[in-house]
Amino acid sequence: MFRKLHEPAEAVTVYVEGKPVVAEPGENLAAVLLRQEAIWSRPTPVKGSRRAPYCMIGVCFDCLARVDGVASVQTCMMPVRDGMTVEHQQRRRCLPS
Amino acid sequence: MHPEIIVIGAGTVGAAIAYGLARRQHRVLVLDGDDRDHRAARANFGLVWLQGKGQNMPAYQQLSRRSVDMWSGFASKLTDLTGLDLQYEQNGGLAFCLGEDAFEKRRSDLQRLHNQLGGAEADWRMLDRAELARLLPKVRLGPDVAGASFGERDGHANPLQLLAALHSGILRLGGELRRNAAVRQIVPSEAGFTVACGNETVSAPRVLIAAGLGSQALARQVGLEIPLRPQRGQILVTERLEPLLPLPTSGLRQTREGTVMIGATHEETGFDSSATAAAAADLSRRTLRIVPSLAEAKLVRQWAGLRIMTPDGCPVYAQSQKHRGAFVALCHSGVTLAALHATVLADAIAAGQLPDSLDIFHQSRFDVPKAA
Amino acid sequence: MSKTDLLIVGAGPAGMTAAITARRYGIGVLVVDDQTAPGGQIWRSVETQAASERGDILGRTYQDGKATTDAFRASGAHYEPRTQLWQVEPGYRAFVSHDGKARTIEAKAIILATGAQERPAPFPGWTLPGVLTVGAAQVLLKTAGQIPAKPVWVAGCGPLPLLYIVQLLNAGGQIAGYLDTTPAGNHWAALQYLPRALRGAGALLKGLAWKAILRHRRVPVIRHVVELEAHGSDRIESLSYRTADGREETVSADHLLVHEGVVPNVHVPLGLGCAVEWRDQQDCYVPVLDPWGETSKAGIFVAGDGAGIAGAKAAQCRGALAAHRLAVQLGYADEQNMLKDASCVQKSLARELALRPFLDTLFRPRSRIFSPTDDTVICRCEEVTAGEIRAMAQIGGCGPNQIKAFTRAGMGPCQGRQCGYTVTRILAELENCPASEIGFYRVRPPLKPVTLGELATLDQEGEVV
Repeated sequence: MFRKLHEPAEAVTVYVEGKPVVAEPGENLAAVLLRQEAIWSRPTPVKGSRRAPYCMIGVCFDCLARVDGVASVQTCMMPVRDGMTVEHQQRRRCLPS
Repeated sequence: MHPEIIVIGAGTVGAAIAYGLARRQHRVLVLDGDDRDHRAARANFGLVWLQGKGQNMPAYQQLSRRSVDMWSGFASKLTDLTGLDLQYEQNGGLAFCLGEDAFEKRRSDLQRLHNQLGGAEADWRMLDRAELARLLPKVRLGPDVAGASFGERDGHANPLQLLAALHSGILRLGGELRRNAAVRQIVPSEAGFTVACGNETVSAPRVLIAAGLGSQALARQVGLEIPLRPQRGQILVTERLEPLLPLPTSGLRQTREGTVMIGATHEETGFDSSATAAAAADLSRRTLRIVPSLAEAKLVRQWAGLRIMTPDGCPVYAQSQKHRGAFVALCHSGVTLAALHATVLADAIAAGQLPDSLDIFHQSRFDVPKAA
Repeated sequence: MSKTDLLIVGAGPAGMTAAITARRYGIGVLVVDDQTAPGGQIWRSVETQAASERGDILGRTYQDGKATTDAFRASGAHYEPRTQLWQVEPGYRAFVSHDGKARTIEAKAIILATGAQERPAPFPGWTLPGVLTVGAAQVLLKTAGQIPAKPVWVAGCGPLPLLYIVQLLNAGGQIAGYLDTTPAGNHWAALQYLPRALRGAGALLKGLAWKAILRHRRVPVIRHVVELEAHGSDRIESLSYRTADGREETVSADHLLVHEGVVPNVHVPLGLGCAVEWRDQQDCYVPVLDPWGETSKAGIFVAGDGAGIAGAKAAQCRGALAAHRLAVQLGYADEQNMLKDASCVQKSLARELALRPFLDTLFRPRSRIFSPTDDTVICRCEEVTAGEIRAMAQIGGCGPNQIKAFTRAGMGPCQGRQCGYTVTRILAELENCPASEIGFYRVRPPLKPVTLGELATLDQEGEVV
């Protein structure tokens, strides 16, 4: 896991699988996921192997997650917002019925 | 190797016939073009399809039927030989109708075609919205969907795995496949044909031209004039999704991998094979009228292919009168017809004579009487 | 739809400098950027971090970026952050997405300043959670002020791993070890270019200083690592390496950061059909450009590392030159005056480029990344292995596009950004020919995935900005 060097002067709350965690305005969601104690990863749609943020610049698509109910969001390109929810994306994506 | 036949073109048409010839112990040399050529075989939608085909030429519907009836056996033989799964499924196929008018028009079109064919029991029926919804339990249909036509014998396959398997099959059966060997010239001679490709020439008693849009110029060299034009078809494909569509439909099918393919446009834009945002927008709009939940799905790729179109849209199978031994095979439904190409057509070319049943597909149907 | 004289894609050193220069001529400029703030990767978050403690950790070169972002903000260029370009069509029409809404931008000219990405360097286990690129770790330091919590392994070649290690140590982080993959012969090969490179002695001295810090801080350095493998089931648990002299070791690992150089982002020019050429010394394709950065398509320019890797200073020069040229083309300046202004930029660019042969040769990556073992996943999206590529090449080896069709490598959402070069190199090895003869995937739209909903609502008309 990663750790922050500083205590954020300002903080927002992001819900990771329902659990509230502290995030700092200006950082992206993938950074928050990488700070979680249990490593954050998703099973791929192809073989179900595990993936986690890798490139952090939007070119690898390994950091996909469900953000505020919308799947296939690149978390490394998504700035945090107060109250944002993030959930694991499981293999192939389900569309809302 | 001294080939008995040179097949020009390793797309789905050329490769299927070459595979069929190789199965009949013919020594086959297949000449393939460059990786970046126009390749309809790599732009295909992947339907193995009957419903609605041949409205202007019932023989085309009958030809497609013969092929569809053979597809399952053809696929399993090819899989046994190569180990590649063509992902063929024949559980029926749908054509959605947006609005009651379209629904009624579809019904009458299919009925007219059915009447033309005569005799046979109908293998299609119209499904109203409620029946359609039962068939697609995971789809919430858009409000405009009036229903669909359902073709019992329709199906789909992975066209890229089909192409890979045909190539693999040709090689396994002892055929030769030469890459980056675009053909410049065919010279008829006493002993057959000499073909110039790349930096070399190859000769054989017979030659089959199955070079898609490149066939027009080559066929002329063996005395066959074939009017051809490219017709652009653009296709979209989404990210992998959980199973949503249990059946293929004429413009929408979910692949084994889970991606949803959306197609296709029919554009008269010459040899321009670029993919356009306008087409992506049009195809998306039409799709969301049918399955609104796809609005959230991500498009991962869009491409354009060039259909090989004859004036009537039907295939051309011909042997040159002037230079016997030179054959042409062209169509824009190489996947559906692959089973027939690998069997009936390969047999005929091996025998040196196309059967009477294929006369109607001779290119001479396009000959314009010359003014006196 | 919006209209602009000049569309600039990317707001790193090249994009910002192009915008600043173009604005001086009075050209109407719209800058779209997929990041949240200007700076590009090198100056990510510099506006908020330059003056902070984090800025001190990252160093002067980073902090200096603030002057450019300030000038960019003051330039009068219209800036649209978090806006992704997904298609460009002749005309020129650019299609972009912002917050789930797609729209069209009509531009007389476009400067692509989309920079570079880290070179995909596949090895067994590189897809495991806990393996990240060094660049990714540095982005995390810049944007979130965060570092690996436990001692971290760094493996790779090039200036970036050295720079990041120094930054991490300054931040109080710990290095488990540096697996230096620089091939043994590179130093000798690079020497011939040293005299020319001395014109840019500052950069060279910086490199030496970093190495001194590593020695001083007793960072374990294992040199000439030729093979690397990460192990674990759901995440990296250990790694093994082998050195050129045959030393093998397996060690436990919490995180592994890898880096084997950077390559230009050529997807946009390729998608547009701009001519590209193989640059052997950098092991990548670069767009074919005139001295001003104009591609084979009139009115489309490439500036910055997207034009060939040369670093931030060169990127700024290239951005400025493209804007100077466009000022004449768009009728905002006469050629004579422009040439006067541009001449000192041209000199600076030449000075920066003089360094490259030395650096490119010194940091040329190890051969294994271009010829991964059969069991290595090379397409991260579709999980295709090098062995599967080789097997299909025996059947359908007519080129990368046929391989893509037969194996699905390159068909995932990253659009071949992680496997394109590997497929090209594997085919080149099998055919025993230079990579330049193999070519690259045909780049299909969209350049970045876009939802069908966005496409369906794509506006065709609109206001003029």
